[in-house]
This record gives sequence, C-alpha cells and structure tokens, in this order.
Amino acid sequence: MGRTAVTLEINAQSCAFDLDNRTTLLDALREHLGLTGTKKGCDHGQCGACTVLVDGMRMNSCLLLAVALDGAQIITVEGLSSDAALHPVQQAFIDHDAFQCGYCTPGQICSAIGAITEAASGWPSAVTPQERPLGPVPLTAPEIRERMSGNLCRCGAYVNIVNAVTEAAEAVGEAAR
Amino acid sequence: MTTMEHTLGASIARLESRAKVTGTARYAAEYVTDDALYAWPVPAGIARGEITAVHTEAAMTDPAVVVVLTHQNAPRLHPVEDRTLTLLQSSHIAHRGQYIALAVATSLEAARSAAGAVLVQYKADHHDVVLAEDHPGLYMPEEIDGLWPGTREHGDFDTVYATAEIRTDAVYTTPPMHNHPMEPHAATALWDGDALTVYDSNQGSVTVQHTLAQLFGIDAGQVRVVSEHVGGGFGSKGTARPHVVLAAMAARVVGRPVKLAVPRNHMPAVVGHRAPTIQRIRIGAGRDGCIQALAHEVVTCTSMVGRFVEAAALPSRVMYIAPNSRTAHRVTRLDIPAPSWMRAPGECPGMFALESAIDELAYVCGIDPVELRIRNDPQVEPDSGLPFSSRHLTECLREGARRFGWHERDPSPGTRYEGRLLIGSGVAASMYPVVILPSRAEVRADPDGHYWVRVNATDIGTGARTVLAQIAADALTAPLGYVHISIGSTDLPEAPLAGGSSGTASWGWAVHNACVRLRGLIEHSGGSVPAGGLSVSADTTEDVKSGQEYARCAFGAQFAEVQVDTDTAEVRLRRLTGVFAAGRILNARTARSQFIGGMTMGLSMALMEGSTMDPEFGDYAERDFASYHVAVCADVPAIEAHWIDEEDPHLNPMHSKGIGEIGIVGTAAAVANAVHHATGVRVRTLPIRPDTLLPHFA
Repeated sequence: MGRTAVTLEINAQSCAFDLDNRTTLLDALREHLGLTGTKKGCDHGQCGACTVLVDGMRMNSCLLLAVALDGAQIITVEGLSSDAALHPVQQAFIDHDAFQCGYCTPGQICSAIGAITEAASGWPSAVTPQERPLGPVPLTAPEIRERMSGNLCRCGAYVNIVNAVTEAAEAVGEAAR
Repeated sequence: MTTMEHTLGASIARLESRAKVTGTARYAAEYVTDDALYAWPVPAGIARGEITAVHTEAAMTDPAVVVVLTHQNAPRLHPVEDRTLTLLQSSHIAHRGQYIALAVATSLEAARSAAGAVLVQYKADHHDVVLAEDHPGLYMPEEIDGLWPGTREHGDFDTVYATAEIRTDAVYTTPPMHNHPMEPHAATALWDGDALTVYDSNQGSVTVQHTLAQLFGIDAGQVRVVSEHVGGGFGSKGTARPHVVLAAMAARVVGRPVKLAVPRNHMPAVVGHRAPTIQRIRIGAGRDGCIQALAHEVVTCTSMVGRFVEAAALPSRVMYIAPNSRTAHRVTRLDIPAPSWMRAPGECPGMFALESAIDELAYVCGIDPVELRIRNDPQVEPDSGLPFSSRHLTECLREGARRFGWHERDPSPGTRYEGRLLIGSGVAASMYPVVILPSRAEVRADPDGHYWVRVNATDIGTGARTVLAQIAADALTAPLGYVHISIGSTDLPEAPLAGGSSGTASWGWAVHNACVRLRGLIEHSGGSVPAGGLSVSADTTEDVKSGQEYARCAFGAQFAEVQVDTDTAEVRLRRLTGVFAAGRILNARTARSQFIGGMTMGLSMALMEGSTMDPEFGDYAERDFASYHVAVCADVPAIEAHWIDEEDPHLNPMHSKGIGEIGIVGTAAAVANAVHHATGVRVRTLPIRPDTLLPHFA
C-alpha cells in the first residue's frame, strides 16, 4: 500500500510520520503516537468521541486522512492542560459530573471548546434566531444542546454536560475579556 | 469522629475524574504494546447454513498480513456453556454476523483490508428470523432470565376477569434494542508461555477469566484480566464476548500481543441485544380501580445458540395487588444473534407494558393514575407473599406529583394546544429488585495512616471506585484522602460483576466488613499500626444469605411532559421528573447522575430506539448510529432526579439498594402516557416516532 511522509503539529510538537495512506488522523494519534485520549466510538463520524481541534476547528478525527493534514496544527485532549491547571472546560466537566464511563468525554470536551469558539465568532446554529445583532451568539442552554448534539453520550450525562459547558463558556468568555 | 455525614452520602467527585478529562484513563485497546498486531473479524454473510469454502489467498497478498484464522486453521477450543464463544470451531453458521474468520496484521488498515478480502462460500439453509405472536416454535420456558419460573398463577384469573366490572385487554410491543456502549468491546491479549493476560472491556473480569481458562484448557490462575476503565456496558459486557476469545486465540497463534476492537456496525450481531417482546395485558378491576385479576403474557424470541429469555412479566409479580393473576412467557428460537442483558432486562420492557396498561385502566375508571396506583399498592409482594423490606412507591408518587405540579393537570386527553403543538403529561412507576452477590475484599493499614483497599470491582461509569472509597473511609472512620482503592483486575480479591444493579451492595459489603474488622484490630492494638502494617480480608458468602425473608426492591415514580407537533407528529420531551426510593444514597452526586442517565436512556427508548429484523437477510437493518438513533443532547431538556430518605435495615451494612437500572424502568411508559394525554392517541408500540402518530392526525 502507498505510504506518504507527513508532518503534523500535535499539541505544539512537530511529529513526522511515514504513514500508510489509509491511516486516519484518529488511528495516527492512537496507534502511532500513543495519544489514546482521543477515542474511537464508531469510526464513521457518527458519535463524536474522536473530536479534536484541527487549526482551531473541532473535527471528527476518524473522518480525516492523516496524510491530507500535512502542516496542520492539531490539539487533542492531552494538549488542553498543563500539569498545574486544567482547561476551564475540563474543570467544569469534573465540577458538574458531566461524564460517567468517560469514553465520550475527551470528544465532548474538545467539541465544547470548538463550540464556545464558534459561538464567540458569531457562527449561528440551527436554533439561533434569524433576526439578531451581529457578533457573538450567547450560549444559552438550547444553543449548547444543539451545538453539542454531534457528541453522543450513552451514559446519559447530557444534563450535566449542558451545565458544565454553560459554566465553562462564561469562564472562557471572562478570560477573553 | 463521625465521618458518616461527611463521607458516606456526600457529593464526592469521581476519583478518576482527572484521568477521564485529560485522556489518561486507559481503556482495553489502549495499553502500550510495541509489537502488537491488529485483528479484524469477518462476519458471516448468511443467517443459517454451512461454510463450504474459505479463500484467504487474496487477503494474504499484503505482506503486512500475518495470518487469517478460519475454522480450518484456528486452535481448538474446549466447550463452554455460552456457545457464542466457541468461535471458528466449525463450518456451521447459526446467525448472520457470527464471526467466521479473523485477519491479523501489523497495522489496523491492513487487517481491515484483509478481512474484507476473505472470500467465503456458503451453502445457505432457509432461515427463520421474524418473531410473531403465533410463531409455531413458541414454547413455555421453565426458567427465564434471572432463573425465575416462566409461569406463575395465583387464584383464578379467567373466572374473575370474565366477571369483572371493568376489563382492559391490550397488546404492547417493544422492538429489538441495542446496548451500544460508547466504548466498543475491545481486548488486548498477550501470552507468556501458558499464561494469558488480557486487557478487556467487560463488566466483571472474574467470569471472563474463568471462561478463557476453560476455553483454552488452562488453569484460571494462569489467566489475568485487567479492566481498569470500561466505557459503558449496559449489560452487553456482563460476560465474556467473542472479541476477547478471538484476541486471545490470535495472540496464541502469532506469539505476539493482539488488539481487537469490535467495529461499531458488528456490535448488534455479536455482543447481545434486548430481545423484542409482544406483551398482552388483561386487567379486571372494580369501578374503584382496585385490581382483581391481572394477566401479563409475554411472547419473545431467543437464538439458536443461547437460552436467554427476556423476563418481561416479572414486574407484574411485584407491582400491584392482584389476587388472581397469571404471569407467563412464551419464547421461540430463531436464527438470530443471541439476545442478552440490556439495562434492566425484563423490568424495562415489562414496565413499559404494565405501566401503560395501568394508565389505560385509570382512564377507563376515571381515576387519577397516581391515585389508582396508590389504591393498588400492596402490603406484601403479590407473587411471593413476602413482606417488603421497604416499599415507598406511594411516597415517590406523591412527592413526584408535588414537584411536577401534577395536581394542576386537566385529565382530559387531546385538549391543550399551544399553536400547532399539543401538550400532555404522564406518569409511570419504576421498580428494580435488590440483588446482592458474594464478594471478597482486602484492606491494609500502613503505620502512616494510609489504607489500601483491594477488590476486583469494575467501574463501568457508575462511580464504583469513589463509592467504595467512601464506604471504606466511613467504616474506618478515616479521611477519604487516606483511603486508596484498587479495582479492575483479577490480581485483586475475587468479586462479582457490575450487573443487576448489585455492584455497590456486593463489593461494598465486603469492603465494609474488612474495614470494620481492621479498625477493630487497630483499636485492639492500642490505636497504632505496627511497622509491617495490618491486613484484613473479608468474604461475604455467608452474609449475603440474610434478608431473604423479605421481598426487596427499589421503587420510583416518573412524570413526563411532552409536546406533539400536529403537523409533523414529532414528539419532544419537555421535562421529566423522577423520584426514587432506593435505600440510603451513598454518593449524592454520582447517584443523581446515574438516575438521570437511566431516565435519559428511557427517553431514548420511548422516542428513538429500535431496530428492524430484515427478513430477507436475517440481520438487524440498523447497525450504526446513523440508523440506530439514540438520544442526543438536543433531545434531552430538563431531567430531574430526586429521592426520598429511605431507611431499610434488611439490605446490607450501608442500607443501600442498587440504582444503576431503575432510572430506565418506567420512563417509556411515562412518555407514552403523556403522548396519550397530549393527543388522545394510545401508542402501544415503541418507539413513538412520527410515522406511528401521523396517521392519527390525518
């Protein structure tokens, strides 16, 4: 099978690979780099467990071929916190018990960070009112529910996830001000 | 020092929280093994018949492929009771999707590609895969899941029903449902001589250990199973599943570690599922709503390779006064994947039917459905005649009604419009029995004040680590931070599975006993721990026999409000309130999450979940999350879970009942009853999707 040399910047570290062209970003992370925080739930872009940030945007890493991402900056759950401090979204997930088995959690957290960024950038969702002032979209509970619906949680932690993202969005917003 | 108020019952954050939010918690397929190979299974393409030829030449052309195992070259396994585990042993195919070959390669991509290149020829026999009420193969099983009798009769149902003032008679159906834990079943297997280590995703590693030992003809002591973090199970990881057998088999053949994660779209066929049910419920009552006769008759199916029978009539043996009753099951064996446990097997589909039927009775009698349930609340368990160790269903109904604002409700169906939406509310009861299994545990005290608790419990997302540490801290009267807990490995003292909502009571009892005895030892030695430390073991085999003179169950009540779009017939949940009586709640934070999680899965069952048996191919048509819909964040509005303080001394030293499953029991009926209240349409078939309701709005 064909192979390609590719360099990805993962959690601020440059990583050079020689990869089978069929390798997804998800499998590159898990099987080649040992970054198993990013989870494989369905391998078909249907569950969101593999969500990572690619150049700041949340994406399903199971749907991306690694060789197509040469030069991209990728942040995984392992790259969100330093030893000292958790990312506000990670802390909010703990404070609100926003997970049970934990398998969807890294994807939920990366997705929440992406959603907070998107809303702050003024991106509308399906529930955003059509008539609204330009600028950031307030992350109300219905906005969070809509924007987080690409991330399945079978333990049923959605109620707590919404509370966690609400609190984290405020914390991230304050930090940005 | 009274740590009771501070530790047991407190809202303690999960001990593994940080590991789970930073991605360092390791699941079965994530252990670093430099030279590991990857395995990808090949599912059978027919529902019944024989393999006549397997061609692996094309699969083997890629040098990355190490071996393709088939029934012709796989190692021989010793027989075990679960016939779904004797894999690659014969050419016979018992259901479509059964694993019939395994490609092993140096990369995941090569293994997957090779599995797809295996060419199998079959001689297909006629298959029989569709459950019907009049299926000729139906028989009355002596035993159903849980080893309960299949049929129970009390009094004279036929005569009393025939002469009752009020009679209801309806059939309720539930579709096949799939557990779909977020972590697919996975294992990493490695052999060292005749010693096997597997990192496996399961709900109880002891059973997996013994099953693997039996299959490979080795001593159980040579099998080590590690299950440190498990990404959900909901029953589907309760025993060994095919993945761990195949991983171990392949590792033995290639002499290297092998990883196998089940592809999501294989799961419906190989990890078990909730069997479909057809349930007829007949109730004979007085005009006062008091039940005189109750028949709950279940028709369901099982596979050719298993004996699992969904015990859906069980709730009718527990819930309401019924002096004349019949609870019976009939089952037929079909050429389908083996059904098994899914969260509250029996109770969950059974209570959809019973709690819908009770709602129908309340409407016919013109009695509020909360009040009707209270009128039929028994003093002793109807089937066994045993007194309840505690039963606070009435209190749950009253408290739930108060919190929900039930009494402001106009009972007439189909009358509340908000624009094009119809609004309605419904109630249903919840119930789940108390199960406690024997367990062992050890605790060691160090002179520096630290305690080390060891028990082979499994945390599938319940918070087992945390609650066991709380139980230990409480029994030791020690600060939680000084208690260290090890779970999730067969290296630890033997303990039962995380299933039947039995985990905390079973493991916790052993931990409690060990800790109480250790505290006694320390006090006996003047309050200090000698330099070498002190250790105590406990085994609750005898202890758990107590309390059998009572019927022991947790109860609850759920109240749902829905809106139904009269143009699209889409049902949306607006709010859901549950109140439970489940003994003492040991960790308020994780308990609330578990109740809400169960209710969320119940909502999902009510409105979304269900798969279809394809009669042509003999397989479930919905095998991935694009077609098998589960509730997503946008489907889940305000869900509240509350509990009443229930003191029950007949359970275990913690006075707790299991809470892992009761949350899903009754939710679907509460939603269906709310749909009736909103629209006047009684839906007796799940899930309640737009295509079910739309014809009624024409």
